[in-house]
Amino acid sequence: MASLLEARDLACLRGGRLVFRDIGFALDPGDALVLRGPNGSGKSSLLRLLAGFLAPAGGELCWSGEPVDADRPAHRARVHYVGHAHGLKTALTARENLSFAADLTGGALAALGPALDTFDLGPLAEVPVRLLSAGQRRRLALARLLAAPRPLWLLDEPGVGLDARSRGKLEATIEGHRAKGGLVALATHGDVAARDPLLLDLGP
Amino acid sequence: MTRAFAAIVLRDLRLGVRRGGDSLQPVLFFVIALALFPLGVGPAPEVLERIGIGVIWVLALLAVMLSLDRLYQADADDGSLELLALGVLPLELVTLAKAFAHWLSTGLVLTVAAPLLAVLMQVPREAFLPLMLALLLGSPVLTLVGGIGAALLVGARRGSTLLALLILPLYIPVLIFGVGAVEGEVMGLSGRPQLLILGAMLLAALALAPFASAAALRLALE
Repeated sequence: MASLLEARDLACLRGGRLVFRDIGFALDPGDALVLRGPNGSGKSSLLRLLAGFLAPAGGELCWSGEPVDADRPAHRARVHYVGHAHGLKTALTARENLSFAADLTGGALAALGPALDTFDLGPLAEVPVRLLSAGQRRRLALARLLAAPRPLWLLDEPGVGLDARSRGKLEATIEGHRAKGGLVALATHGDVAARDPLLLDLGP
Repeated sequence: MTRAFAAIVLRDLRLGVRRGGDSLQPVLFFVIALALFPLGVGPAPEVLERIGIGVIWVLALLAVMLSLDRLYQADADDGSLELLALGVLPLELVTLAKAFAHWLSTGLVLTVAAPLLAVLMQVPREAFLPLMLALLLGSPVLTLVGGIGAALLVGARRGSTLLALLILPLYIPVLIFGVGAVEGEVMGLSGRPQLLILGAMLLAALALAPFASAAALRLALE
């Protein structure tokens, strides 16, 4: 029985420089992968590789035993990616940004209200994003995770800019996703924790 | 898929309106630059009439090109590109949706405004309809072909100058046949062959440009 997401001997080259090599892991439903390592050790690159933005320089990535490369559109529809850039349009309101994401990722409009409420954004729904603080923008970017159900969440330092209460909400949201059989891969410097995660140290 | 396509078109139009009429800037450029010509070459009708159609086309070309350099760059800067790439819509159709929204706010408006400006340039009245038809067929080609350049230059510094160097040569066929279609009608010949060629260019651009733009965006995502 193959794991849901399996990586074998992954290697990554950026600009001719070897960022990492021989990375392997296997995730079953409900697992969380926590990536640790100093700046520049390839955490973001690995997440972009898992999202399919970046092709691995070596090795293989499989979903349920099938190579991800064989069916790109199917892989695209599995992934939520929250990176350093929030992907929000500052001229639109919080709700407009979220409903655009739901339209794009095939989410139900009924899920928007609860998604906003989960991250305490209900009262800010009609406020243009340019008036939101960095932490509020981050929370809105995270609310997208709930706008459409997708099994694989890729979070690149999601705790940056969040207060303790919001980090707690994020951790609860991650655990809720795992309880439903979802996968989470998370790059962090220790500000966001997941319950018994699979640790991957990307070090020099 | 239809829902995602419509969402992208609506979002881009809405952004254009929200940013204080960002989307009208190319058209205003078109109008103001055109108004300079009677001042520069003098108001003599025979001179204006001689150069009018060509000037309108060249300015339409420049107006579209000037508005293109932010087409994908804005999405790349704020991380929306990743979101677009992970949507249910293939990236090829994403570029088509963005090109459609861009054309609605530039090419279509230019087409509608063209007869008014043709009056300013003393272009004879029988040329209005062919001019609008030619712009209607030609301006989407400008957007689609220019979109390839805009996608290639995502992340490039001083992108707008480079964009001009890259895509203005590609605009030459549209310019030649666009002007030819209108002048043919004015001189009593049929402009039909040129219009048909513009139509063929549009179909080719619709079929091919999305693949080229999407390939360029995939490189930008790496």
